[in-house]
Formats: sequence, C-alpha cells, structure tokens
Amino acid sequence: MALPITVSVEKRTEDAPRWMPAATSVGAVVLAFVVSGVVLWLIGVNPFQVYGFFWRATFGSWAAFSDTMVKATPLILVGLACTVAFKMKLWNIGAEGQFYMGAFFASLVVLAPLLPTDSPPAIVIPAMMIMGMVGGAVWGFFPGVLKARFGVNEIITTLMLNYVAVLWNNFWIFDRWSDAGFQMTPTFARNAWLPRLSDYARTYPIFSGITLHLGVIFGLLAAVLVWWVLHRSRWGYEIRLIGDNPQAARYAGINIARNIILVMMFSGALAGLAGMSEISGVVHRLQERISPGYGFTGIIVAWLAKLNPFGVILVSILFGALIVAGREVQPSGIAQMIQGFVLFAVISSDVLLRYKIRLVRNVGRPATAGETA
Amino acid sequence: MNLEIILHAGLATGTILLFAAIGEILAERSGVLNLGVEGMMLLGAMTGFSVSLATGNPWLGVAMAMLAAGILSLAHAVVTVSFQADQVVSGLSLTFLGTGLALVLGNGLTGQNAALIPNYDIAGLAAIPFIGPVFFKDHSPLVYVGYVFAPLVWFYIEKTRPGLHLRAVGEKPVAADTMGVNVYALRYFYVFVGGCLAGLAGATISLSVSPGWYSAQTTSGQGWIAIGLVIFAQWNPLQAALGGYLFGALRRAILDLQGPPTLLGFTNPLYINSNFGFFLQMTPYLLTILALVIGSRQAMRKRLGAPAALGEPYIRGERGL
Repeated sequence: MALPITVSVEKRTEDAPRWMPAATSVGAVVLAFVVSGVVLWLIGVNPFQVYGFFWRATFGSWAAFSDTMVKATPLILVGLACTVAFKMKLWNIGAEGQFYMGAFFASLVVLAPLLPTDSPPAIVIPAMMIMGMVGGAVWGFFPGVLKARFGVNEIITTLMLNYVAVLWNNFWIFDRWSDAGFQMTPTFARNAWLPRLSDYARTYPIFSGITLHLGVIFGLLAAVLVWWVLHRSRWGYEIRLIGDNPQAARYAGINIARNIILVMMFSGALAGLAGMSEISGVVHRLQERISPGYGFTGIIVAWLAKLNPFGVILVSILFGALIVAGREVQPSGIAQMIQGFVLFAVISSDVLLRYKIRLVRNVGRPATAGETA
Repeated sequence: MNLEIILHAGLATGTILLFAAIGEILAERSGVLNLGVEGMMLLGAMTGFSVSLATGNPWLGVAMAMLAAGILSLAHAVVTVSFQADQVVSGLSLTFLGTGLALVLGNGLTGQNAALIPNYDIAGLAAIPFIGPVFFKDHSPLVYVGYVFAPLVWFYIEKTRPGLHLRAVGEKPVAADTMGVNVYALRYFYVFVGGCLAGLAGATISLSVSPGWYSAQTTSGQGWIAIGLVIFAQWNPLQAALGGYLFGALRRAILDLQGPPTLLGFTNPLYINSNFGFFLQMTPYLLTILALVIGSRQAMRKRLGAPAALGEPYIRGERGL
C-alpha cells in the first residue's frame, strides 16, 4: 500500500542557505529544552516551574545577568580553546586540566611568591595572566608532543591529564599552601584581584553588588584574536587546511607535527587564562572545585557555536545561565542533562545541512515497487 | 601489603574494566568509536542499583542496567551510523547525556541499601593453594562470568562466521556490503551490544564490587580508562581482560601502600603525610598514558590493531575505503 506522503532525502549539491546553520542550532536548543522538560515531567517535577526559576535566576535582573556573565567568562575562553583545537580536528578534551594548571601557575605569582608581595596590580595581574597561559600551554604541550611524535590518541591523554591536574592542585591546596589546615590557600592580597564593577560602586551606585570582573574583557578580546588567527592569518589557514584535508596539507608542505604541538599549546594557553581569570576575578584564592566542569562545557560551547569565535560568546552566555540556574535547582544534574540533549540535538541537526529532506505527496500516482517494499 | 589480597581485589575491580573494554572493542571492531562509555556505565550503575532497590532482585537490576545503557547507546548509533555525524563529538555528548540522566534519575539513591549480588566460592577449585583464594574464592559471580566471557568473545570475533562479518564491516565496509552483509544493521547491533556491556560494567560496580550510588563518583573515570585499555589491548579481548586485571591490582596496591609505617626498611612517607597519596592517585591515569604510548608505538611498528574503517561513516553508493 502506498503511503499518502513519503519522505524524500537527497544529498545537497550546493551549500545550505546561509541562515540555516544558525537556525538549526536555535531549533536544536529549543528541542533540547522540550525533551528535558518531558524528562522532568516524567519524574514528577514541573518543567515550567524549573524553567521559570531558570529565567529569574539568570536574566531576571542586572545582578542576575551579571552572575550569568561571570559564569560565561571562563566558558568563552575555554570554548575558544576548544574551537582552535577542533578546527584542526585535534580533540583537546583536556581544557579542564589546562584550566586547573593555569590557575596553579597564576597562583605561583602570589603564593611562591614570584613577585614582591607589595608589587602594584599593574605588574601582578599581567604576570598572573602570563603564568596562567604558560601553565595551560605546558599542559597542552605534553599531549601535543605525544600525538605528534608517537601518534598517541590525544583524546585519552588530555582526559587523563585532567585528573592529574586536579590531584596536583589538591596536593598544594591540602598540603603546602593550606590556610591553617583548611582545604584552600589564603586569600590573595588585593593587588592580585581583577577589578570588578562593584569596586566603582562608590562613584556609580548602579554598580553596587555587580560582580562582573575584567576577565570578561579577556574573553571578548580573545574571541577577536582567535577569529583573526583562524580566518586572517597564514597560521590559521594552515590549521583549517589540516583540519579539512590533512592529505592536501601534507602535499602543500605544511609541517603537521609542529602544528599539532603549537595548536595544543595555544588551546591550552586560552584554557589556562580562563583558570587565571577565575581565581583572580572570582574566588581570589586557589581551592578545590574552582571549575564545575568548565573544560567539558567548553567542548559543547565550541560545537554549538559551529566553531565560530563570536558564536562562542553567545553560546557561553546561554551555558553560563545554565550553570547559574543549575547550581540552585534540585535534583542536581538537570543542567548537565540539558547540555547533553542540546549537544545531541545540534549534531543530529547537522544532517539538515547536508541533506535536503522534503515531504512528497503521492496523490493519484500508483505506487512504485520501491515505495511498497 | 599482601599479594593474595591485591590480586583478589584486582580481579574484582578489573572485571568492571573487562566488560566495558570488551564492549568498546566490539563497537570499534565494527567501525564505530564510542567515547560515551563513562556516561553509559554511570547510567547502568544507577539503573541497576535503582531497580534492585525497587524490586529486591539484583539480577533484574543487572538486566535493566544493560538494557538502559544499550538504549542510550542507540542514540549514538542513530547519530553516527544513520546521520553520519562525527563519532568523537557524538560520543562525548553521550557521556554528558548519560551522566546528566543518571544524576537526575538517581537523585535520592545515595545512602540507600539495595539488595546486592552475593559472593560465592567455586567448590573444589577454591581449595588449591594461592590460586584458589585469588581466583576462585569469595568473588562475585560476575567475576567468574568475566573469566569465561573474554575468551568466548575472542573466539567469536576471530573464529566464527558472524565474527568474520563484524571484522569485515570494520575493516572494509564496501566489500562487506558487496558480499551481502548489512553494514548499517551490524553497526547498530554492535554499538548496542557495547552499550549493554558498559551497562553491565556499571551494574558490576553498584551492585557488587563497590556497592552503592555515589553520583558521578560511582564510576570516577573508569569508563575513560576502559577506552584507553582498548588501544593498549590492540582491540583484542584477551589482552583487554589481562590489562583490566592488571589495572585493578595496581589500584588496590596503591591503596595498600598507605598502610604500613615502614616500607622495605625505610619510613613510609605516605604514613607520615597522607597528602603524598595525591601523587599515588595519579598513577592509574599516568599509567594509562604510558600504556597508550607503548600501545601506539607497537601499532605503528606492526601496522595493525585499529580497524581500518574506525571512525569513518559508511555511506552506501559513495566511494569509500
């Protein structure tokens, strides 16, 4: 029997319309929220209540929006770190570890101390930024070399190094730098704090209680830098060519091994800067769990943004909101579940960019053998 | 520090890695890389524990754990086999999704006491000196299943006709298709089987080896170690079993090192300052990396190991491998 409508799937011969990638991403996010809502409803939680709460906690007021942006800041940097690596099809899953090592190296400036304790902020802050990037780059260097020299799968090495970085930090927090036996270091002196909007509340009362810090500017500048490197520089051309067609890149004489190491270090440096920005701008000390999984969320951010550096900013704000909301809502894990659904919906929706899917009406036409089968 | 105890514990915890790694081997031999093992294991651990809690039957829990993780893995199959999306990204999403689902659905399970799978001795064999107490005494039935399972899967892959089809689909899907093997169906099937085994690995944790539900700490990265083990084992189930047991024994040895005040006549630094234990805790992860370096060098030298079509979507009618 012939169905009244059949689905026709054809491979696109030309590129998908320009609006489609953005439209499918938005559609995928909406779909993910709907599916997550169904799951919540099934376990007896009212999804409208949860989502209403999400909205108020994240965009409901200036203070709430500032919280969202504070959480979005590390995501922007980590999302950019993943973007750079993924452009070359280099699966850096180790941004989490690079984040922790960035935080550790930046802490060295204050706690070792590498600089006199009474140095002006104009020297301490840049030193911490540089050390943060160095820490992340070092943590990206090892998997880069192993991949370039021995062909070792970078997914597993970067992932294993995440655990090592957290344990390394724990040793210093619990032992050498422990503040009177507590599992945290002493609070940094003021000269190691990134300026916050609330610091200016005396002059501009509107900023009172707004914790947004300078790190967000690092994120925005880094997005411009990454865009420029990837799309306007010779290096970026090499990265994209290796990602799209390693064979062609090899024939063109591009040194792939060197690029693997350099890109892993660049990627690590961005994640390390995120770690520095977090301890210098938010917690003001090194402690356990400075990241609720920023490194992993960065992977989704990069993918959802279709590896577009400016898209990373927008997606980071959405995911920053999810983190802020997820912190305060029970059961825990809701935010993670929504993230999982979002990512799945997005990669599934990619099929729409590669195939044309149409509904074909079969009225008054005898069924062909193929359709009846 | 007792070798007998360390090896006994190694076999028990190694069984977790054995099931997960062999599941991943089956999926990868069919050409599909599934990085979602950690998420599937966690969903399996939660489902098994929760079903046992509700019904009082731990074996029903094991069955449901396998089913739940298997169904979750089908999401990966749809996205990578039918939609030909990137297997790396899809596998990572599966980890997020599985972890998130397990945490949401497992809310409130922490601290509960479910019916667990009891340990058994194997009559007769348990009496053999040393071998008996290590291999055949006071183990979960799942450990004994593991002894038989690894050689069986090896035989299936290497010596049987369906195993030949599995290898063909992973090495040369075009040729397999020409021979009348349904590439898509087989890939779906082995991704599903891999998911079921990851679920079994999860239930092995929560209902038997280290029972209970401790949120994401239940699996604590063992799914990722299992994926590393697959490469270390060169996609061979027997080597995966050995590697799993070895890793399990090492984990236990590391724990036991913190006990005695002196080691080989020297004062034990771990006994004085337990914070040095953080460095010991790094060793399983560093060893995984070391194992990968050794495994990758061998694979490069011998030019074998990885299935040729691993990670490549198969598109019928297009030029491929």
